Amino acid sequence: MSLKQSDIREILESESFKSLVKTRVTVSLTLTFIMLAVYFGFILTIAFNKELLAVKIGEVFTVGLPIGIGIIVFAWLLTGVYTRWANNSYDKRVRELRNQILNR
Amino acid sequence: MENFQTTLGQANLTSIIIFFVFVAVTLVITYWAAKKTKTTSEFYAADRSISGFQNGLALAGDYMSAASFLGIAGMVALKGYDGLIYSIGFLVGWPLVMFLIAEPLRNLGKFTFADVVAFRLRQKPVRIASSVGSLMTIVFYLIAQMVGAGALIQILFGLPYETAVIIVGLVMIAYVLFGGMLATTWVQIIKAGLLLTGATVLVILTLSHYNFNITALFSQAVDKYSDAVLSPGGFVTNPWDAISLGIALILGTAGLPHILMRFFTVPDAKQARKSVFVATGFIGYFYILTFVIGFGAMVFVGQEAIIGVDKGGNMAALLLSEAIGGQLFLGFIAAVAFATILAVVAGLTLSGASTLSHDLYVSVFKNGKTDEAGEVRVAKIATLCIGALAIGLGFAFKGQNVAFTVGLAFAIAASANFPSLLMSIVWKKYTTMGAVWSIVTGAGLAVILIILSPTVWVDIFKNPEAIFPLKNPALFSMTAAFLVGIVVSLMKPEKEAQVKFEDEKIRTYLGIGAE
Repeated sequence: MSLKQSDIREILESESFKSLVKTRVTVSLTLTFIMLAVYFGFILTIAFNKELLAVKIGEVFTVGLPIGIGIIVFAWLLTGVYTRWANNSYDKRVRELRNQILNR
Repeated sequence: MENFQTTLGQANLTSIIIFFVFVAVTLVITYWAAKKTKTTSEFYAADRSISGFQNGLALAGDYMSAASFLGIAGMVALKGYDGLIYSIGFLVGWPLVMFLIAEPLRNLGKFTFADVVAFRLRQKPVRIASSVGSLMTIVFYLIAQMVGAGALIQILFGLPYETAVIIVGLVMIAYVLFGGMLATTWVQIIKAGLLLTGATVLVILTLSHYNFNITALFSQAVDKYSDAVLSPGGFVTNPWDAISLGIALILGTAGLPHILMRFFTVPDAKQARKSVFVATGFIGYFYILTFVIGFGAMVFVGQEAIIGVDKGGNMAALLLSEAIGGQLFLGFIAAVAFATILAVVAGLTLSGASTLSHDLYVSVFKNGKTDEAGEVRVAKIATLCIGALAIGLGFAFKGQNVAFTVGLAFAIAASANFPSLLMSIVWKKYTTMGAVWSIVTGAGLAVILIILSPTVWVDIFKNPEAIFPLKNPALFSMTAAFLVGIVVSLMKPEKEAQVKFEDEKIRTYLGIGAE
């Protein structure tokens, strides 16, 4: 598909495109930050206060067990959150913008 | 249970049969794929015909190496909870791949991640630098895989090391050479299916001994050893070490060339995103299974018996299979482990071949001008070269302690490939020289620092004290790569690249003009 340079400029400078990029960057960075905070929070907890994760819950299990497994599940759920957002909200706005462009 | 005798090391008929069936089936698929592998897009990217779900499984198949199956299960069996901490590090890179990399990569690139780094910069210098980072990652990863393959098959099938390395090399070359990405993808999908099934059955068999009461398994482990198996042990002691390793694992995952390459096999960004969701789910599930398998081995086989077979504990999962499922099941799991290695080295080889042909030969030596048939031919020659290199590396490093090479591969991926990829996607003022110096710094520092680290300087060279204190260099090499990239870019702006950055936004975010 060949777009005229002037068309591209117009799209790039449109408010709808700018807000799309901004939302996307915000969502990506927020989720990235959450994932890193959870992981390094876990690692640093172990580094500085191992005993915290060794606290028993019930007869056998330690707190560390549900937390460790929980982080694995959480990481997956987080990719689910992003996928849901992107499929429902982001893709819709991308489609609208693309249609605008292609129907010129 | 107390005097568990293993038959590991003797030829196991079941595993030989299952392995031959696997090779036969995958070669038939390769034959089918070969007929659909004529153009460059077919050879490198399966003509972008792979669905998000299929690619998710293939990504999982590419990532779950024998090292993670056998190594992590072994670590859990010997160290308990620490093995879980280690496996978590391998998983949390995936969400970042999704949030930061997958979609822009798919929209901007064609066959390799260097396509994206070089997109708006001067082709030649960036392609050469990216290729260096890419090939270094692949070679160090290959060393670990090939040496592991030789040793593993020696133990499993009683085959000589060299024979094993040659078999792995030849079968893998056949997949890639004739079937390109399509065959490689299906090998990875089948292998992922086998591995997930095998691990699931192993967990079910283990838990069936406790009427599926998982607490009973863990409580027996605690009784047999101590409370400590369910608490963090010595794995994380120095916080800087832990952070540095974490960075290598997380950002390295987002910089592995053979993983990144898989995103070009799907039709669009939406499917790229879906494939990460699927891959993360399967890999996470697999690590949870591995944790249970490790505890199963701890209880049923016992740590002493595991160490008796292999000091590193790598045979724990296989010993458990035998203890619980007998010869037949051991044969199945052993064949799966073999298939696992084949699938991973096939992915690595294809990725290395595409770097040689697409990034170096076509973009650097031919200035991007070449015909389809010519490029496919070069890609096939490159496949033979990388395949021969893989076999050669397997021979050269026989009996060496190569455990550090996986950490090094991840450190280079995190320090050379990831920073240049991320900055080229998000930062307008990134320049050609910024990219080149960032990659050189990241890759160079990763190698130099790991040589001076306790991992090599003390463990391998037997020096009393390390010059660089951390076991993994990623914290320093990655930070330095970002800093150098930023400083060099700011010193000498590249106007043209900034203009192109604005124009490419329409492709990055909307997918307009994407391959």
